[in-house]
Amino acid sequence: MFVPLLVIKNAFRHKLRTALTMVGIVVAITAFGLLRTIVDAWYAGANASSSARLVTRSSVSLVFSLPLTYAQKIRQVPGVQSVSWANWFGGVYISERNFFPQFAVDAPTYLDMFPEFILSPDERKAFFTDRMGAIVGRKLAEQYGWKVGDQIPLRGTIYTGTWTFNLRGIYDGADKGTDQSTMFFHWALLNETIKKLYPRRGDQTGVFMVQLRDPAQAAEVSAAIDAMFKNSLAETLTETEKAFQLSFVAMTEAILLAIQAVSFVVIVIIMAVMANTMAMTARERGAEYATLKTLGFSNGFVAMLIFAESIGIALLGGLAGVALTVPLARAFAEQMGSLFPIFFVSEETVLLQLGAAGLVGLIAAAFPAWRTARVSIVDGLRAVG
Amino acid sequence: MTIPFSYILRNVAARRLTTALTAGGMALVVYVFATVLMLAAGLERTLVATGQDDNVVVIRRASQSEVQSGVDRVQAGIVESLPDIAVGRDGQKLISKEPVVLINLPKRDSNKPSNVVIRGVTPNGLVLRPQATLIEGRMFRPGTAEIIAGRSIASGFQGAGVGETLRFASRDWTVVGVFDAGRTGFDSEIWGDAEQMLQAFRRLAFSALVFKLADTERFDAVKKEIESDPRLTLEAKRETRFYADQSAMLSKFISYLGTSISVIFSIGAIIGAMITMYASVASRTAEIGTLRALGFPRTSILVAFLVEALTLGLIGGVVGLVAASFMQALSISTMNFQTFAELAFTFTLTPGIVVASLAFALAMGFIGGFLPAARAARMKIVDALRAA
Repeated sequence: MFVPLLVIKNAFRHKLRTALTMVGIVVAITAFGLLRTIVDAWYAGANASSSARLVTRSSVSLVFSLPLTYAQKIRQVPGVQSVSWANWFGGVYISERNFFPQFAVDAPTYLDMFPEFILSPDERKAFFTDRMGAIVGRKLAEQYGWKVGDQIPLRGTIYTGTWTFNLRGIYDGADKGTDQSTMFFHWALLNETIKKLYPRRGDQTGVFMVQLRDPAQAAEVSAAIDAMFKNSLAETLTETEKAFQLSFVAMTEAILLAIQAVSFVVIVIIMAVMANTMAMTARERGAEYATLKTLGFSNGFVAMLIFAESIGIALLGGLAGVALTVPLARAFAEQMGSLFPIFFVSEETVLLQLGAAGLVGLIAAAFPAWRTARVSIVDGLRAVG
Repeated sequence: MTIPFSYILRNVAARRLTTALTAGGMALVVYVFATVLMLAAGLERTLVATGQDDNVVVIRRASQSEVQSGVDRVQAGIVESLPDIAVGRDGQKLISKEPVVLINLPKRDSNKPSNVVIRGVTPNGLVLRPQATLIEGRMFRPGTAEIIAGRSIASGFQGAGVGETLRFASRDWTVVGVFDAGRTGFDSEIWGDAEQMLQAFRRLAFSALVFKLADTERFDAVKKEIESDPRLTLEAKRETRFYADQSAMLSKFISYLGTSISVIFSIGAIIGAMITMYASVASRTAEIGTLRALGFPRTSILVAFLVEALTLGLIGGVVGLVAASFMQALSISTMNFQTFAELAFTFTLTPGIVVASLAFALAMGFIGGFLPAARAARMKIVDALRAA
């Protein structure tokens, strides 16, 4: 009982200094957690992807579309269960700042292939029967205050003109990793309009989504699909949904690496602050520690006192930081809106935060503990704080 | 009566470990702060320098970027007939009608694919962009499957160096030259013959028109003429403005993220300075008492401790800036969200950033040192002397 009490008394002897150090740790651990969560959000699309789905796109780049006739051919490839298609729309809702993704999809096959988008049977029916109909995710609907039956005007950037959609349903995600900030509408509507405006560009789509019978066959099926269209006017590139999503992450990798590096820098900064606190504390108590040693306590015991105090302060700050991260992340997600559709603090982040706090405490105490243990009793008693 | 500066300096030097840790923490914060500002400045410089002020870019209305735009030959002809377009040495109008597409290429170091801009240019297009000069190989010959690559692309992407070939649009294209566009956005592009590109990508329409104004003051009139013509569904922008708009989102993202990170980090560093200065005051209570007894007024004590904190901040600021200045050797290549294409830019240290970083460091020292200095100045002589 004596030892923990001594550590606590020691830790709070300089109340102001301990409080300041702790505030520093809380800020650092919170910042670390938020930055990790931003990095997680970047990978969210890839993590939510299914291993049983492939994406087929033009081998040149996503800017080029593929003829719709490919759907029939892909369906005949052994191992393929079903095929659907989607087209990026790129519309602007009121102003460029309100960005959210919109896809023109072949609704019945698409919703069957993505069971994680949960829509009530009534809304589903209403969506299918209205050719101007659209569905949006719950988060998106809440962000703009849309209700079923509302009209949503979008200004086309790729397909000119103003497009007005009727909101026929609001979907929920199967779990919190599902994107609930996307809008889907009927590809048929887009195709009709394109055919009227530019007859040559009709019956085309951006990507095909391919559902596999067995996820283990992903490699063979993608190779078979790409081989089929080799040397055609529109060669394809087929990859798993995860690889497709990760290719977007890879394009902004430089930014991602910077954020990751910065999240470690904040830990190093707070380590310097904490190490400073512990060095000062140990220096001031040189005479006390020498007294303890005179009484017969070992060098290890004195070092342990310093370590316990340092790690205790760091972990207490770390816990407060973790507690603060969750509400802050929620506030941040609300501010960013649909830029980060999936934004939550993962368990791994919390563990990393606590680990980082413990590490800060451990390293901060190392040098003072080593020095105190090494100083001879006589020198220690002679020292003046 | 003021306390000599050398006395303050000796105090800073007296406890080396503490000084090093405190200044080190500040140095890291200043480093992050300066790096982010340098990145935003580099991005801005790259894209502003990409445009020429007397050049005008014409794209389809509301299409935002060249890649999403489409301008058919009829509309291009109407624009070409405008009288305000400058005339070149050969008597031809200085207008370039360009197809612009994105292709997916793997990077040299990571093998991960990214989107690269391919631009079909005409001889006029090269005249319109005097900043681009060949640094290796030769120009592509019109009418052949030859291309030239921007410096960042040639070094960053597989198959884009001189003598190598790239396969896209069912053809093999030979890279015959590398051009340096003076660290502008064109460094991240591949150029080839416009008519060849149209055929290869089976396009009937150009993506963008670029022309030089005979009189740069006439821009507003030309813009009005293009945008009010009922036969045209186009919009015109000055080239400088066009490229600045294209990076608005990315540069905003970088500066927002960077500023909020710097502010959060600075809290940690300020706390570090505060702890150090409080300890400095506490361990020198008797000394402060003596100084007061010798006749130094309260303000001198306050100033002395503030100067000590500012010195700590300045050391941190200088160290952080020196470390950040080494970042100028690096270049960052990432996707621009708005154009969906790869863009390379460098960290650029401007005098403004130097001033801002040092001011930031001094502010951290001042905020961290003010409360402890005030405590030192408030001490009563008798109490302070007794504390020893």
